[in-house]
Amino acid sequence: MSNCSCSCGTAPKYVVSCSGAADVGEVSDRAARELSRQGKVKMFCLAGIGGRISGMLKSAEAADLLIAIDGCPLGCASKTLEEAGFSGFEQVELHTLGLKKGESPVSQEHINIVIEEATKHITG
Amino acid sequence: MKIQVMGPGCPKCAEAEKNVKEAVAEAGIEAEVIKVSDFQEIASFGVFSTPAVAIDGEVKVVGKAPSKKDVLKWLK
Repeated sequence: MSNCSCSCGTAPKYVVSCSGAADVGEVSDRAARELSRQGKVKMFCLAGIGGRISGMLKSAEAADLLIAIDGCPLGCASKTLEEAGFSGFEQVELHTLGLKKGESPVSQEHINIVIEEATKHITG
Repeated sequence: MKIQVMGPGCPKCAEAEKNVKEAVAEAGIEAEVIKVSDFQEIASFGVFSTPAVAIDGEVKVVGKAPSKKDVLKWLK
């Protein structure tokens, strides 16, 4: 296995973001991308789940951890996962962190709040 | 029927390919088993980890080698 360059045997950790049109959607998206760049989790395409792309669904099923970041109380990221049959995923809700839709400009400070909260859900 | 076995060629990927081929032989069906090792092509399926198996374009499993029994179920 020493030359194995694939991801066999390693269950990945994924984060999906609502990536909605509002400020909180952008904050969610930016936080997910930054978490992914930091290597803590890998950002996963929520649209692929919503679109029922078989490879995306099976890839998400194979994940060790799945975090949904919801920008507003509508909870679209979480609902998309639930509609696709996923349960037991972690949820980060920006409104519970004091970030309200239309009142939370995209700033590094706000992105950091979300990253900090999401990081609490990442184990191992 | 077209069956694509995705993976770069590690033992688990080889196990997936072996089990698929054995299942196809046992089922007695006509199927083309193709090994896919190019990461761009694997990514085009939306597959993020390997091994993975797709039957006629639909991904059936990701991240583990399916057993022969699993594959036989999919072939039905």
